[in-house]
Amino acid sequence: MPALMPIEQSHNPGSHSSARGLAIHCKNVTKSFSAGGTSIKALRGIDLDVKLGELAMLVGPSGCGKTTLISVVAGILDRDEGECLVFDQDFSKMSGRQKTRFRGQTVGFVFQQFNLLPALTAAQNIAVPLLINGVSHSAAVKVAKEMLDRVGLGDRSESLPRQLSGGQQQRVAIARAMVHKPRLIVCDEPTSALDHETGHVVMRLLKNVALDHDRALVIVTHDARIFGFADRVFKMDDGRIVDVIANPSSLMSPADQQH
Amino acid sequence: MNLVALRMLMGDKAKYIGIIFGVAFASLLMTQQASIFVGLMTRTFGFVSDTGQPDVWVMDPKVQFIDDLKPLQDTMLYRVRGVEGVEWAVPLYKGLLRARLDNGNFQTCNVIGIDDGTLIGGPPEMLEGSLADLRRADSVIVDVVGATSRLAKQPPIDPATGKPMGPPVPLKVGDFLELNDNRAVVVGICRVSRTFQSQPVVYTTYTRATTFAPRERRLMTFVLVKGRSGEDPKALCERIRESTGLAAYTADEFSWKTVVYFMKFTGIPINFGISVILGFLVGTAIAGQTFYNFTLDNLKQFGALKAMGAGNLRLLGMIMLQALVVGLIGYGVGVGAAAGFKYLSGRSELAFRMIWQIPVITAGAVTIIVVLASLLSIIKVIRLEPAIVFKG
Repeated sequence: MPALMPIEQSHNPGSHSSARGLAIHCKNVTKSFSAGGTSIKALRGIDLDVKLGELAMLVGPSGCGKTTLISVVAGILDRDEGECLVFDQDFSKMSGRQKTRFRGQTVGFVFQQFNLLPALTAAQNIAVPLLINGVSHSAAVKVAKEMLDRVGLGDRSESLPRQLSGGQQQRVAIARAMVHKPRLIVCDEPTSALDHETGHVVMRLLKNVALDHDRALVIVTHDARIFGFADRVFKMDDGRIVDVIANPSSLMSPADQQH
Repeated sequence: MNLVALRMLMGDKAKYIGIIFGVAFASLLMTQQASIFVGLMTRTFGFVSDTGQPDVWVMDPKVQFIDDLKPLQDTMLYRVRGVEGVEWAVPLYKGLLRARLDNGNFQTCNVIGIDDGTLIGGPPEMLEGSLADLRRADSVIVDVVGATSRLAKQPPIDPATGKPMGPPVPLKVGDFLELNDNRAVVVGICRVSRTFQSQPVVYTTYTRATTFAPRERRLMTFVLVKGRSGEDPKALCERIRESTGLAAYTADEFSWKTVVYFMKFTGIPINFGISVILGFLVGTAIAGQTFYNFTLDNLKQFGALKAMGAGNLRLLGMIMLQALVVGLIGYGVGVGAAAGFKYLSGRSELAFRMIWQIPVITAGAVTIIVVLASLLSIIKVIRLEPAIVFKG
């Protein structure tokens, strides 16, 4: 496995830009699962383009295919049909090992339940993606501590996840998702376990810290209170994108808009 | 990532200790039971080990083990002495004789009659007196365990309570015994290896032993032979067999023949084998179950690591490292506890002999346990879909 590119170099705007200015380009993507002998179509011909520097949200009812779609986009699940390019890279043309490496270097994850390792400190948790990419432990923890500073938790580097509040844990998870400077950050319900105020703090953090013009953010959410943070909202239903809202702040309540 | 693996392992203290306990329990049981088994088997030929000088033991061809007494004619001694390569050959009597105690009870004793002239075949360690004292009239040497227990003088009974009026008084130098109506005087106390026979051991000269023993045509149990310098004991055994028609074994061969007899005709190996196998199975079950539970509990974390770019090989390495650590610690604790068990049992009657092969074999068994325990976890993690992390 090649050594991870130094963070300063990997975060060089424009050096990895997609030819079409797109972070994600999906065309007619389908995905089915078999359960109990019957085939369930989770994605029924998805067309999705996410631009560089864009924060896209996938919304819709449970079971509409949002999570399947981000799993395909993040290279965790293989699509059945169609085309899906992430920074012009096609997962279907990669071996399992290449896909794993691509994920490790290019994608950052923020999970609904944070999925922090309970036995590791905040700094060690944040260091995990760097360790996966072959960075030495001491160097990884050093960078992780800098990252903790950026998310406002510089004084909690030695805290275990159980010693942190839900919002703090999610900020640690965001720092972990960004520490290796991935170009795509995928978030699954990042605010669902948080109260209203903390949810907004986390979203501001994501928008201000994680997003720049060489990156893209895809967020799956049910939380209408945070729609206004998106550049575009993709409404999904029954495995399809049924609507694209370019001015999502209109979906928020006046109170949330004011917030 | 090794540090991450270790922190994951040690993060859940209860499970971590549970896995180690399983491995340690298996190690302890396997080591301890195997050591007791070896200790018992070593006792079977304790008398051969104690009789260190001869190269070759000559006996009736039908003898199967050390306590299988099939006496020879005395003339066989001269035939053995006549075999090419024999430096010396001496007679040895071994038999069970009744001793009459001063309270009127009888106690069967294992009487050893050694060569009158050379005193070859005597006890390995004298605690009181000397071997040469056997040259005195009616003399015997008694082993310390027998002298302090079965041959000890019983105190008088208190008529009021019906209980002894004090502890037994150990037999000491100068005391008398009555062996088959023959007077014997204790001239020494010795220490001998414990054997399978629990009777007191009484050493005397060959001639005196044959006078103690009931009149029989054949009384000589073994002929102890020393080969000439440079003589191959096995070749000497072969020549003795050819010349005399008797059985002849080196000390090692006779010891092993005795062990084989006990292994073949007693249930000892089966009983201990079952304990060892149970230790292995229970240890595997506890360690496997706990380790698998540990993996299941951490499945989402493994899924997250997989999603974040940790490949199967890396995760496999992490699990193997975790298994190696619990295996090493569990093994150390188990074998250490077995050694402590030996230390605490001290000079008790417990047969315990931890030969170097036992920890080595236990290490092999523990390796199998941790491999089996981690195998289920490895399969689970390798088959794990990283998409699991998106399930709420």
